[in-house]
Amino acid sequence: MTMELVCPAGSQAALAAALEQGADAVYLGLRNSTNARAFPGLNFTPEALAEAVNQAHARGCKIYLALNTYPTSDHMALWKNSIDTAANAGVDALIIAEMSLLDYAARHYPGTPRHLSVQGSATSPAALRFFHEQFGIARAVLPRVLSLAQVERVCEKSPVGIEVFAFGSLCIMVEGRCHLSSYVTGQSPNCHGVCSPAHHVHWEELPGDQRRVRLNKVLIDEFKAGESASYPTVCKGRYLAGGALFYALEEPTSLNTLSLLPRLAKAGVVALKIEGRQRGPAYVAKVTRVWRQALDALQQQEPFVVRPEWQAALTHVAEGHQTTLGPYHRPWH
Amino acid sequence: MKISLGPLQYFWKKSEVLDFYRAAAGWPVDVFYLGETVCSKRRELRLRDWLALAETLADQGREVVLSSLALIEAESDLATLAHLVDNKKFKVEANDLSAVQLCHEHQVPFIAGPTLNIYNHEALALLQRCGLTRLVLSVDQGAQQLEALQRQARLAAQPFPELEVLVWGRIPLAYSARCFTARAHNLAKDDCGLCCLEYPDGLLVETRESQPFLCINGIQVQSAACCDLGPELNELAKLEVDYLRITPQRQDTDLVVRRFAEALSTRTPPARHGDCNGYWHGGAGMAQINTLEL
Repeated sequence: MTMELVCPAGSQAALAAALEQGADAVYLGLRNSTNARAFPGLNFTPEALAEAVNQAHARGCKIYLALNTYPTSDHMALWKNSIDTAANAGVDALIIAEMSLLDYAARHYPGTPRHLSVQGSATSPAALRFFHEQFGIARAVLPRVLSLAQVERVCEKSPVGIEVFAFGSLCIMVEGRCHLSSYVTGQSPNCHGVCSPAHHVHWEELPGDQRRVRLNKVLIDEFKAGESASYPTVCKGRYLAGGALFYALEEPTSLNTLSLLPRLAKAGVVALKIEGRQRGPAYVAKVTRVWRQALDALQQQEPFVVRPEWQAALTHVAEGHQTTLGPYHRPWH
Repeated sequence: MKISLGPLQYFWKKSEVLDFYRAAAGWPVDVFYLGETVCSKRRELRLRDWLALAETLADQGREVVLSSLALIEAESDLATLAHLVDNKKFKVEANDLSAVQLCHEHQVPFIAGPTLNIYNHEALALLQRCGLTRLVLSVDQGAQQLEALQRQARLAAQPFPELEVLVWGRIPLAYSARCFTARAHNLAKDDCGLCCLEYPDGLLVETRESQPFLCINGIQVQSAACCDLGPELNELAKLEVDYLRITPQRQDTDLVVRRFAEALSTRTPPARHGDCNGYWHGGAGMAQINTLEL
């Protein structure tokens, strides 16, 4: 079975790029706090969503709507209305993390498939059984914590199809369980759809072209002249621990699983997700093109060989211009 | 309100763990949460050892709860979890949905640990139907969210479960597949040499300006700052919190427990000893908001 290529779009232009370059499905979010990339200027109005569905369907491509934040008791209506909007727009699936929303979608729109978001933090067959039995999910996106061998075993025992992250900025914490951003800024991916919100980021220029970056006054990193500076998420800063200064949690880097494609296919993974709804159309075009070519090659050629130009293209758009096999590769742990 | 001692977050030698709980049995603690919640490689105490300790404390008239691992990765983790759920005597704190599902399948009532992401009354009701009897509020939720949760549950005529809030200790902020302690030692997780044993209170992470910031504890990242909701005691009482959770540290946990116990018996909130209370007041977790000025 061919693995589905699921690409991100934060804008009309990014959607067009993904469609043009051969995405099988595109996931996007509404322009509100119901999704984990609730950045200013990003995402789709209800009208734009309906138009996106039409455009995609005309090209044989699917649209998934990400509704992957956690509403609190006083604010459920916005999330439920967003589910209504998406289902009525004819999206092909809803990507949901939170159980009351999964329940709402299952009861009101049983014909619209539900995918468990990576933010749902399900890492075992038992947790997947929970979501399948309770809410009839059709697919689950695994958090980026399991090794390849563990992914293979989950695929064997999962009651639903498994989607994994294939490429993009790497969250190293269990998704849906990370409070690092809210600890510093009060705003979190879970509740506000943002990690390290831009209005809390302060760059300071220092003598000698050095730069410092703070998140709500906390020093996340300092860069020498010419050193490439990445966006200050708490997990990718340089800190002092045990007398040494280093990336105590993780370097700025992107996940890239191109070389794992044959094993992921063999494991029965049904879909590959590309991260990056916050990235521009050029990124989406480039990454979708590479992954389309790679997946097509996987179908046709034996043995599968990763072309150097693919790796070069992906590394160019990667965070910190470097990539890793991340948690799939045991020594990373 | 009662006092609970949350699960030990760090990795100590077996004798140290047993000494700690032997001493703790003499403190005014009502509920003990026991078990390894952070890393399955920490096997100084196996499940049978935790069960034996649970028996000892239960014999002394204490409520004991067995806490499950927060991140399930390997099949062996699931097997251990199944034994824990099937212990037939002690309550279970479910710290991920694998545990919830196993409890549900075995019809074992459970306490929802702080990592289950229960942010609203509808999710709470769903899990109550699966066997939830007590809710430990997630660390990032504060008074306002709790008030809304209770009010909406009331409006929906839902019974509210027992309620527990972390009132003292470093805040568990994140979990990863990666072991950060091994990383700090330049070791792979599979070859970690159990280096967490060297850090009985975790490994401090400071910013480049030497501001204490985080605390590395194996695959878990904690706040360096200690959450303290002592001065918020009246508000906790008003919100009908049943259990005040204190997280064990190597030093002075007895003093903390006694301070809260005394505050409960005299109905007088203690002065602030810890560093932060921001989450409780709806702000950044690391913030310290002066309760007296509110």
